[in-house]
Amino acid sequence: MTYKQRIDGRSFDETRPIEAEVGVIKRADGSAMFKIGNTWAYAAVYGPRNLHPKFLQDPRKGILRCNYNMMPFSSSGERVRPGGSRRSKEISLVTEKALLPVLNLEEYPNSVVDVFIELPQTEAGSRCAGICAASMALADAGLEMKDLVCAVSVGKVADKLLVDLDYSEESYADGHVADIPIAMMPGSGKITLLQMDGEVKKEELMKLLEMGKKVLIDIYEIQKKALKEKYHEIEA
Amino acid sequence: MSKIMVNDKAISVPGETLAVGMDVLPGIGTYREGEKIVANRLGLAMIDGRTIKLIPLSGRYSPKTGDTIICKVIDVGFNGWRLDTNSAYSAMLSMKDATSDFIARGANLTQYYDLGDYIVCKIVNVTSQKLIDVTMKGPGLRKLKGGRIIEVDPNKVPRIIGKQGSMVVMIKDASKCNIVVGQNGLIWIDGEPINELLAIQTIRKIEKESHTSGLTDKIKEYLEKNGKKN
Repeated sequence: MTYKQRIDGRSFDETRPIEAEVGVIKRADGSAMFKIGNTWAYAAVYGPRNLHPKFLQDPRKGILRCNYNMMPFSSSGERVRPGGSRRSKEISLVTEKALLPVLNLEEYPNSVVDVFIELPQTEAGSRCAGICAASMALADAGLEMKDLVCAVSVGKVADKLLVDLDYSEESYADGHVADIPIAMMPGSGKITLLQMDGEVKKEELMKLLEMGKKVLIDIYEIQKKALKEKYHEIEA
Repeated sequence: MSKIMVNDKAISVPGETLAVGMDVLPGIGTYREGEKIVANRLGLAMIDGRTIKLIPLSGRYSPKTGDTIICKVIDVGFNGWRLDTNSAYSAMLSMKDATSDFIARGANLTQYYDLGDYIVCKIVNVTSQKLIDVTMKGPGLRKLKGGRIIEVDPNKVPRIIGKQGSMVVMIKDASKCNIVVGQNGLIWIDGEPINELLAIQTIRKIEKESHTSGLTDKIKEYLEKNGKKN
């Protein structure tokens, strides 16, 4: 059976509706919200601040600590057990690695920048939404960074290549599925996160990356707009 | 021929190209990437002749030599005090920089500054590892007794102080409070409770409207209107 049309009627290179806002958590040093369809991510940044335990301190540069957390009733299936899991630990790690290349933490030796990503509801693509929110929150926190980071998932469902898979596509049962989350620095076009669940051919992967990059530029514009919006009255 | 891509005082986000060409120079908060000058943080782009710099709009306080800051004593040691500077790093106040009194060896230092005391001090040195040395020797540097401490965005402190301190003097006169503004975003206010409240409300208003022009006149009006109630 072929996958002729996307279940929610989008075209194959179209993302779900995106909404972004900066400064949603007042007490944090920087914060942002990023919604893509039914996946919502909130990110709060605290720091640079004093780092304890002391053995974690690096006298050459500050460290980045990310924490990805799905809230208990955030998924469509069973309740997510609160607290960390093997999955959340992995996603926290890849988020950290996706964000580090843009950050210049050498200005803050022996300190830490904490990023907390909370997902009140999810429907696939949560690590990408988390990275988008976190990069806006880091910029809002006034940290030195070379660029923003934007992320989206691309993939293959049955024989079709598409961007931003939702849950129904990720769990498509009548054919082969590949899910590839990517994160990119839009300024240089360099990729900071590339994971793959499933299988695709090399040519297909290259094509998917091209499709992804095109969408990521749009996401970058949305992030940029959200950041400017928070401070727009200063400009006027 | 170089080209500047942003307007003066435009909000720029990290990674945004501000100018192209080699005869424009990158200032604070920007970096050069080949021909381009790119924003290194979120800020207000200022074009100053041939240089472009970014004025930060957010972020925590980063200690600088010469800043007068308000600190809290968090530890008392053998030969000095450790202070919380409202930044990622704590500062050290040595006995020598604290007072010109003779302090006998092994004396109890808490009789000068005890844990939890707030003091106004001046940063004399910040090392590359962000070790901070402060001094109490200078005009206006002292221990703060009574009053209350409020926290504001350190990026807005210059607006709260105003040109040559015009804004803070205005608040002091109107509220009849003693006010000390630390560059690290801590402000000490001491006066009658109702007056303290007026001072705090005024400072919060400045914080909220810090970007608007003609702020001094607006605040003057605000103080005249609200100050009479007391």
